[in-house]
Amino acid sequence: MGAHMPKLSRRASLLGLGATFSLGRISLATAAAATEQRFVVILLRGALDGLSAVQPYGDPALTGLRGALALPEPGQPGGVLDLGGLHGLHPALAGMHTLYRANELAVVHAVAGHYRSRSHFDAQDYLESGADRRMNSGWLNRAAGLLPAKPGVAAGAEAALSVGTTVALLLRGPAPVGTWLPQSFGQPDPAIYRSLLALHRADPLTGPALAEGLKERGFTEAVLNGSEPPKDKYSFPALATAAGRLLGAPDGPRIAALEVGGWDTHAGQKGRLPGVLGTLDKGLMGLKDGLGSAWARTVVLVMTEFGRTVRVNGTNGTDHGTGGVAFVAGGAVAGGRVLGSWPGLAPDRLFENRDLMPTTDLRSVAKGLLTSHFRIDAGRLAGVFPDSADAPPMKGLLRT
Amino acid sequence: MDSNAAHALIRFGLGRRGAEPMPADPHAWLGRQLDGPDPALEAPCHSTAEGVRAVRTVQTRKAGDPTKENPVRDIYRADTATSIDTLLTTANPFRERLVWFWANHFTVSIRRPLVAGLVNAFVREAIRPHVTGRFSDMLLAVMRHPAMLFYLDNAQSVGPDSVAGRRRKVGLNENLARECLELHSVTPAARYTQADVTSFARVLTGWSISYDAANPGFLYRPFAHEPDAKTVMGQTYEGGEVEGERALAWLAAHPATLHNIATKLARHFIADTPPPAAVSRIEGVLRGTGGDLKAASLALLDIPEAWQPLTKLRTPFDYIIGVLRALDLPTTNRPDVAGLMAGLGQGLHNAPLPNGWPDTAPDWAAPEAMLRRIDWAYAVTGRTKDLDPLATADASLGPLLPAATREQIVRAGSKREAMTLLLAAPEFQRR
Repeated sequence: MGAHMPKLSRRASLLGLGATFSLGRISLATAAAATEQRFVVILLRGALDGLSAVQPYGDPALTGLRGALALPEPGQPGGVLDLGGLHGLHPALAGMHTLYRANELAVVHAVAGHYRSRSHFDAQDYLESGADRRMNSGWLNRAAGLLPAKPGVAAGAEAALSVGTTVALLLRGPAPVGTWLPQSFGQPDPAIYRSLLALHRADPLTGPALAEGLKERGFTEAVLNGSEPPKDKYSFPALATAAGRLLGAPDGPRIAALEVGGWDTHAGQKGRLPGVLGTLDKGLMGLKDGLGSAWARTVVLVMTEFGRTVRVNGTNGTDHGTGGVAFVAGGAVAGGRVLGSWPGLAPDRLFENRDLMPTTDLRSVAKGLLTSHFRIDAGRLAGVFPDSADAPPMKGLLRT
Repeated sequence: MDSNAAHALIRFGLGRRGAEPMPADPHAWLGRQLDGPDPALEAPCHSTAEGVRAVRTVQTRKAGDPTKENPVRDIYRADTATSIDTLLTTANPFRERLVWFWANHFTVSIRRPLVAGLVNAFVREAIRPHVTGRFSDMLLAVMRHPAMLFYLDNAQSVGPDSVAGRRRKVGLNENLARECLELHSVTPAARYTQADVTSFARVLTGWSISYDAANPGFLYRPFAHEPDAKTVMGQTYEGGEVEGERALAWLAAHPATLHNIATKLARHFIADTPPPAAVSRIEGVLRGTGGDLKAASLALLDIPEAWQPLTKLRTPFDYIIGVLRALDLPTTNRPDVAGLMAGLGQGLHNAPLPNGWPDTAPDWAAPEAMLRRIDWAYAVTGRTKDLDPLATADASLGPLLPAATREQIVRAGSKREAMTLLLAAPEFQRR
């Protein structure tokens, strides 16, 4: 990182973060540019179940397919938060519901990338590459490279900053990204601890040691099974707030990528989702708080690699699927709407008789946002999303 | 993949490096590593003489001297980097394991900070050449090395009735003599007495360090040597430098010493509680060959229990090296290994006491220690974006990867989570 050091230190103090800043389970990358517009991507690694986050409570086939995973209708105890008659937000997304009602959040349902892989690894690579193959750079980096350089800053001198042990592929590429490694190791998602606890359980030595260690660290059963977020001051909401402050500063960066895991709910989904959804909700609200008045010029895209199966599996969870949900939030967003064409859940409408049929290409959403927000024209967008002529920019996403 | 080959790479080696070729005949592959001189002796390393000069430079610096240069630190950093590189890349991992086993048996620790200038030279000059030689030669080389003489204070030990002792009112320091009996050779099982310790310390008086810039290194100081005859464990010594050599040769061949090192070798390579038959077998080889460490090391390979499922817990040292060999990261993308070892509780060359790092599972399986392994595994996966977790799992563990772990890796929510699950899995903790 060398020459970036003083700048990073200043930023660290701007963020109120010391040298021992630990990341927990998220990473943050940012890029500076000569624009007042802010753009943030929140990557939900592990595949969010779109039908739980935004439940089509008005679809007649829902309860038959989803059984116990279906939540009560709006207005009932524990019911979904209404989005206008057909869909409802999961009750853990109360903050996002407020944004929706203020026309600052739009939902894009039945969305998917162009690829049809059900492998997390491949799908995340393609999602971040913005292509049907793994590339050496991510679409957000290539988009950042198209923004006007900051005056007085040599090209490539300080375009991007990644906080964490790694730069997400999404923001890797020709636009330089500085990295700042936290001093401490950081900690994986509680779900990882839980998986390891299971793997080690049969070991007479390491099994009890892990269980005791987690207890000493204050990981309750509720935290490990995901129904409560971990008590971590470097949690996603805290870091998202810090990222907001960073982006909100007049001379701060303009592009950021954050990620949060814990979505791979193969088992016991009903108990695990509220914790992670609450984390996402608090994070988004924290980002808004941190941005302050810059929220008005901000667009946030929340996306995941694919949706999950429509039917419940044998362990009260869902498996890897296709169509899912994306969120677009921010003061610049023309929100208060559920976008995309709802394919329905009738048996003949499912993709391969198991998944939500995708009706919107996620690249169209991203292209629509980049076009309107940064005035990147179609010719240059082709370099950001190669071979995407079949996915024209979605119109009308932002206030004009 | 042959499960014996996978087993050999972990139990007797340092873990497979990336996708390096699997040995067709694991037993022969391990044995071949002990032929000829240690290739790692070719790697650059500051000499003992350079280390002693550096120690003197720092030692004689006056308080408040603003000089920033610290030759001891510079030597330590350079040579430690080399030794870590050897660990991560060696094609002779069995031999390397033996080097670190003996370096731990004969611990010199940088808890005495100036040892840092000498410790790598100590390993190179007193340990490496003798790993496949005779135990008596290693013991002698260790006891004459400035790192040991400094670490356990023998350099300042003066016979009370020697010329120097009568003149300066200085005297014995029993530290090295005691640890040599207790840890390096016969152990208290040989029922030596305090009188034996004191006598042995007298035998070793005069074994010291020359800081003379022209000829730095081991120096026998006759004026500091206790003149009279001494009796150690029933053996009488008549005086002079040679009596120390004779005493060490006698101790090296003592049955209790052979039992001690046979037990430690078997504990290190076979099981925390080694089977008595295995210990006897190694002991017998040592006895029959005059303490030939190559023969004893090869005999380990013939013990049936050595090929039973891996039950030893990797120490943090083994674990970090095993993980980094499996990942085989380019040199530009390697973490700070020495710092990591400290973070996981086993700082390099930094054992708290002369008995070195413990070698049984319960010593390393503390709850927070295990969690730190997981957290570090998670951290290091930040460097492995381009690696396929399942391919890494198959390469590093092969047939030792159980279905349950494999299933978790396949089902993980991201590459990084999958890699974390692999590196923190129970199978990766064992050797």
